[in-house]
Amino acid sequence: MNARLLPYVLILPVTLFLCLFFLYPFVLVAKQAFTTGAGATLDNFREVVSYWKFPISLRNTLLLAVAVVPIQLALSLLMATMVTRMEKGRDMVLYIWTIPLGISDLAAGLIWLAIFEQSGFLNSMLHGVGIVDKPVNLLTFQNPGIVFVAIMLAEIWRATAIMLVILVAGIGLIPKEYYEAAEVFGASPWKRFLRITLPMLRPSLQTALVLRVIMAFEVFAVVAALGGTLFPVLMGETYAYQFDLLNSGAAAAMALIILAISIAATLVILRALRVPKRATI
Amino acid sequence: MAEIQIKNVAKRFGAYQALHNINLTIADQEFMVLLGASGCGKTTLLRIICGLETATEGEVWIGGRRVDHLAPKDRGIAMVFQNYAVFPHLTVFENIGFGLRMQKLPDDEVKRRVERVAGLMHIEMLLKRYSGELSGGQRQRVAVARALAMEPDVILMDEPLSNLDALLRMEMRAELKGVLAESKTTAVYVTHDQVEAMSMADRISVMHQGKIVQAASPIEVYRNPAAEFVASFIGNPPMNFLQATSAGDGKWTVAGRVVDGPKGAGKPLQFAIRPEDMQPANEGLKARVRIVEPLGAHLLVTCDVDGAMFRAVLDSDMVVKPGEILTLAPQPDRVRWFDPETTLAVA
Repeated sequence: MNARLLPYVLILPVTLFLCLFFLYPFVLVAKQAFTTGAGATLDNFREVVSYWKFPISLRNTLLLAVAVVPIQLALSLLMATMVTRMEKGRDMVLYIWTIPLGISDLAAGLIWLAIFEQSGFLNSMLHGVGIVDKPVNLLTFQNPGIVFVAIMLAEIWRATAIMLVILVAGIGLIPKEYYEAAEVFGASPWKRFLRITLPMLRPSLQTALVLRVIMAFEVFAVVAALGGTLFPVLMGETYAYQFDLLNSGAAAAMALIILAISIAATLVILRALRVPKRATI
Repeated sequence: MAEIQIKNVAKRFGAYQALHNINLTIADQEFMVLLGASGCGKTTLLRIICGLETATEGEVWIGGRRVDHLAPKDRGIAMVFQNYAVFPHLTVFENIGFGLRMQKLPDDEVKRRVERVAGLMHIEMLLKRYSGELSGGQRQRVAVARALAMEPDVILMDEPLSNLDALLRMEMRAELKGVLAESKTTAVYVTHDQVEAMSMADRISVMHQGKIVQAASPIEVYRNPAAEFVASFIGNPPMNFLQATSAGDGKWTVAGRVVDGPKGAGKPLQFAIRPEDMQPANEGLKARVRIVEPLGAHLLVTCDVDGAMFRAVLDSDMVVKPGEILTLAPQPDRVRWFDPETTLAVA
């Protein structure tokens, strides 16, 4: 086999798979989004954007991403730094912290619903210690703040570990000698984190943030479980168009809008955290 | 003034004793080399002086100040690492200025100092580059410049030349020695390369199994090894050893010949002589030649004397063939004696 050809032959199966099950459906969705019975048009986009719930769901989705992702970034950096410094029990702690990764997002939503609902753990506890006389319904339209916080907590609990594992792997790749050199030349632990860990972690931070931000724009099941219709998000609206309103064209348009937002966010992250080619090892 | 004093330093890693009761004084502006095979504790000792490792017992003093409880940055030291540890995400300028930035020196002072040491190390033209754009030798220069920029009292170096190719190593050896002498800092230099140690050091501390076996000038270490280990570790090829049995007061039998030796009689000793300290003569040790290696400058002959391996460095004009019997006369003032029980030198 020609050695120059071999790599292409080896990636052929996965390329075909992706073309068949990803690219082809994607083209179909795109076609659906840009056509109605009357031919090529932007009507589907006009329809979904002008609907009164669109600005709300867009705002909610972005707000949730802006509230959750920075907290997760800080938490995962902190957790990754802690895990890296552990000498014993490191793997054990890492496994426990990554348990939420193995749970589906709907299940995660239901777990937190079990905490926050009227007969849930939180109410039982508050009632038990006498803070409230009778269980209160927290997740109602009267408490939009609590609904938002509940969704935030569930999202943080569910999806911090994906960033954590990427960052732990990334930190593990930074040679110890850089830290020792920084220490000898007078960098405090905080300065070492700022001047060594963060810059050298940029490739991992890129990956972690891109993955997490895309997940944030696709948030659906957790919101559905905890907020129901109280907290409309883009993906929820897409679902509604497809299955409640049976309007596939509008659902496809929504899907493309989410895709566009994801691509835009990815480009911003890649640009902001890029490592100049000259500065790599 | 930055004299380094190491007092009763010991280091244990769990059950493993890496250093045993080390006592060493390194004079101000002295170039001290810690020499030994890998695992002898030389790097551990350097890291204890540096503060990257804490001694289990003992004290470290630098410039009359006890420093073993201070952070590395408060010890007045700078270090050159084996793999250079030149930060890949910073330019050469920012690498050299890293320590100065941490001290929050004003920009113009940082610039002045970085440019001065860059000039010293001949890397002025590389200041805008990144580590990935440098060769190994250039990275090495950046690492040294970064240490010099701190204007430290003490520079610590952990096998700084071991990753360079042979030719570059020789060049950097001489250059480093010159730059350090000029900077008037005390230097502690770890290496396993005896040539590096001999050529650079004011004094060599030979280490073995977590102990300093001998600390003396290179020529003293070479001529008068304090122990068999030093005699066999330093010198290429190493010293020859032969069994010697007492033949009366001050007389010893070596390979069937009686030679003068230490006063007193009794238990056997080891007779030792360097390969280059022998001449073919009419009277001397009978040596059966096994291997002849012409090395250009001289002839390395491996022989068999009294059943023991014995090497001699002879003039390259000599014609010697395997199987031949040579008669080698040791230079009397170069003969050394060791006690086989303690392995220490006997006067």
